[in-house]
Amino acid sequence: METLLGIKGKDFVMLAADTTHARSIIVMKEDQNKIHKVSDNLLISTTGESGDTEQFTEFISKNIALYKMRNGYDLSPRAAAHFTRKNLADYLRSRTPYQVFMFVAGYDETEGAELAFIDYLANAKSLNHAGHGYGAMFCSSIYDRYWHPNITQDEAYDIFKKCIVEIQKRLVVNLKNFNVSVVDKNGVRNLEPISAQSLTDYNASS
Amino acid sequence: MALAEICKISNASYMKPTAWNSSDATDDLKTFSCNLANPYTLAAPPFENPMHNLNQIQANSGKTGIKIDFDHGTTTLGFKYQGGVILAVDSRATGGQYIGSQTMKKIVEINDFLLGTLAGGAADCVYWDRVLSKECRLHELRNKERISVAAASKIMANIAHEYKGMGLSMGMMLAGYDKRGPGLYYVDSEGSRTPGNLFSVGSGSLFAYGVLDSGYRWDLQDKEAQELGQRAIYHATFRDAYSGGIIRVYHMTPTGWVNVSNTDCMELHYKFKDEKAAQ
Repeated sequence: METLLGIKGKDFVMLAADTTHARSIIVMKEDQNKIHKVSDNLLISTTGESGDTEQFTEFISKNIALYKMRNGYDLSPRAAAHFTRKNLADYLRSRTPYQVFMFVAGYDETEGAELAFIDYLANAKSLNHAGHGYGAMFCSSIYDRYWHPNITQDEAYDIFKKCIVEIQKRLVVNLKNFNVSVVDKNGVRNLEPISAQSLTDYNASS
Repeated sequence: MALAEICKISNASYMKPTAWNSSDATDDLKTFSCNLANPYTLAAPPFENPMHNLNQIQANSGKTGIKIDFDHGTTTLGFKYQGGVILAVDSRATGGQYIGSQTMKKIVEINDFLLGTLAGGAADCVYWDRVLSKECRLHELRNKERISVAAASKIMANIAHEYKGMGLSMGMMLAGYDKRGPGLYYVDSEGSRTPGNLFSVGSGSLFAYGVLDSGYRWDLQDKEAQELGQRAIYHATFRDAYSGGIIRVYHMTPTGWVNVSNTDCMELHYKFKDEKAAQ
């Protein structure tokens, strides 16, 4: 039900995640942040089985912090994605697999921007644009239509708006609010959330 | 013993006079009661690969008639507001259609600044709340400082995650007052833990949410907030057959918790009815 979105440009990665926390048919929370700042240049967004998401994300982020303490430098985004995938794959083959879907997104001076799509089977793929959850099914065509290799941050934010308009129009489930974060050479920033409220102005202007 | 022979039960363990002396039985006894010494060694469901097989058993309960998923009826709620945290709960304990108790205490007083509500399997909640009480007290003794609500809820969530899929059934709220001010966390047997301003848990929660959401504001006065909590539970007891009995309201203030009221829901029913008639 929950939806994560991600777009990679030449020198940035932008993530969006809905903020609902639902149990069976009840919405328990409308302001759950699912995009976690792991280090100065790394974001991880997670969805999936409740409980597993918090536990696994925390495990990964603390280990990445530990790596920095031991070595004095950060794990690169690609290495972080690989580390996450490897752990998820090992847990998948244990008695206690984690059912999580995530994006590992980061920017590195030498490696550039990285957006890694990881699903619960520990299938990892570096992509230019991607989504997790039912909402993402409505977004793939929007990405194909509007994404281009030299995309700017403003354009990426606008694609997210288009995607969220579509999700709120066509998906049965009510996903009211989306948090948006970006990571680039200046580090991690949280952008203005995209909500049903903010989109009414957007629809009127377009 | 000839009959036992014919029935082919002479080898059954209960036919042996020394059943309790045999090493099997003492081993069993040890496995199933060692949690009295160490609460974290609670026995898993007694078959192989409990996580997988428990799901199978529960999925097939319609065909086999073996039902070990409990019906859990409850309504509990908690919310933060300008004056602290309010917790309100009903007191009915049910086992399927049967009402086992009308006077259960579904709010556990962990210490003077920490309260927990129980919903779901009563035994699971009571057991793990007791373990949590112990851990909180130990934290206090070790660190010369009361445990924060965040840390207490994290202990609970870690326990729940450890036993995930093994049949625990809990949905609890932890409310407290610490250095960071009022705290309210929701923790459940799925292992999820999340802070928030307003929660309701249990079969009657959707009824309670209706009343609570309609009347909730951050700047409620103490009296208003206590009455809102009580009223939300009352309306849940009215609509939900599995909730009822006494409505208990607790208020978490900077100086510790206060048990505001314990009122029979029938009393409230007639009170509200009269109020409506007078309008």
